[in-house]
Amino acid sequence: MIDDTETQENREYWEYEPSSQPPYLTPNYKSTVIRSPNKPQYKLPRTLTETTGPLFTQDDLVADEYDLSVNAKGDAAIGSLMVMDGFVTDEDGRPAANTLIELWQANSAGKYHHLMDTRDAPGDPNFIGAGRAVTDSEGHYRFMTIKPGAYPVPNSGNYWRPPHLHLSLFGRSFMSRMITQCYFPGDPLNELDHILHGVPDVDAKERLIMTFDPVVGVHEHALGYRFDIVLRGRRATPMVG
Amino acid sequence: MMTDSKTTPSAGQTVGPFFNYALLRDGDNDLTSDGKAVGEIIIVEGQVIDGAGGPLRDVLLEIWQANAQGRYNHPADAPANSGDRELDENFRGFGRTLTDGDGCYRFVTIKPGAVPGEGNQWQAPHIAVSIFAAGLTRRLVTRLYFPGEDANDADPALSGVPEEDRMRLVGDVAEGSDNTVRFNIVLQGDGETPFFED
Repeated sequence: MIDDTETQENREYWEYEPSSQPPYLTPNYKSTVIRSPNKPQYKLPRTLTETTGPLFTQDDLVADEYDLSVNAKGDAAIGSLMVMDGFVTDEDGRPAANTLIELWQANSAGKYHHLMDTRDAPGDPNFIGAGRAVTDSEGHYRFMTIKPGAYPVPNSGNYWRPPHLHLSLFGRSFMSRMITQCYFPGDPLNELDHILHGVPDVDAKERLIMTFDPVVGVHEHALGYRFDIVLRGRRATPMVG
Repeated sequence: MMTDSKTTPSAGQTVGPFFNYALLRDGDNDLTSDGKAVGEIIIVEGQVIDGAGGPLRDVLLEIWQANAQGRYNHPADAPANSGDRELDENFRGFGRTLTDGDGCYRFVTIKPGAVPGEGNQWQAPHIAVSIFAAGLTRRLVTRLYFPGEDANDADPALSGVPEEDRMRLVGDVAEGSDNTVRFNIVLQGDGETPFFED
């Protein structure tokens, strides 16, 4: 039997499969045209700098940070209540325990709590739109929130972003750090989204769409969506013999 | 055939249009625990510039580094290979911030020590940098090195960058300040910062 405490930091990392990640230059996503590097990225040796990174535990959280649907005073945000529930694993499907997950999103009218979001849509004083969770020993996490609205992208010919949630994960090292977005199943805007479709691989793209799952919801209270995340890296193969 | 089943990591997506301010805490850009960390306190500051030459606001910058003795605060940097490098309880090594309306950022930290590289090599003191922004489909990765370090010449990561571009990864000594290192990040075009494969 492998002792988790001794082997869990002995991890192997590979380069990302290129088709599973969006290229920096994605012309339909217009601002990438002047923000994507022209030169290719250089190889980086895998050193302690890359195989270490900031670690978090449940102790880093303040109570109820997983619940975005009420403000600090307990006042309810406006919108359709939903649970987002899932597991974070490594590339071998092993639980990624004690991983910090940050969630942020627009309100039910598709407006962000942000100075630069000046669109003519209502703000919600009870909805900041940010929460945090740390996975348990099974890699499990859960958020309570409201479904975000779609919003139009300015000067884009009436292109609307589909409802989506932003997720930020740290994993066990600098190598596993990633930020992504996840989408709602069956939304007609998904098919038209330049950011989702920046991911070339069909399977990788589909894995960014949540699964409707009443089991993880709350009976007669909140809809349930399941979203699993795979972080880069896996436990190194133990030496045999 | 299933003995080596491996699932591809989830796809990254842009941090844009807006990272949420509420996820940043006061002091996230000060790694020194109010100055208690051991070592030489330094300021790392600069500007993020896009391919049109303009400053980029709301860029999420994260830094990760070893302490003054070159030790990472992480179990993978285990005592067995740490040598004389000791942990500092006042130094976690992680910081983050957003660029302001002028595309500028600022960290207060400790100058890191040299850290082990592959084999018997040592790496020159450096700070790992993650860059997330609207218009970046996923993370960009680079490193900041320090001016005047002899070890820069033999650093394995820096050596992989063409010679004419290496200086762009070495910070500049700020005028009028002994402890300020300036490091601008140019995403594209003239003076483009060398980035590493994520």
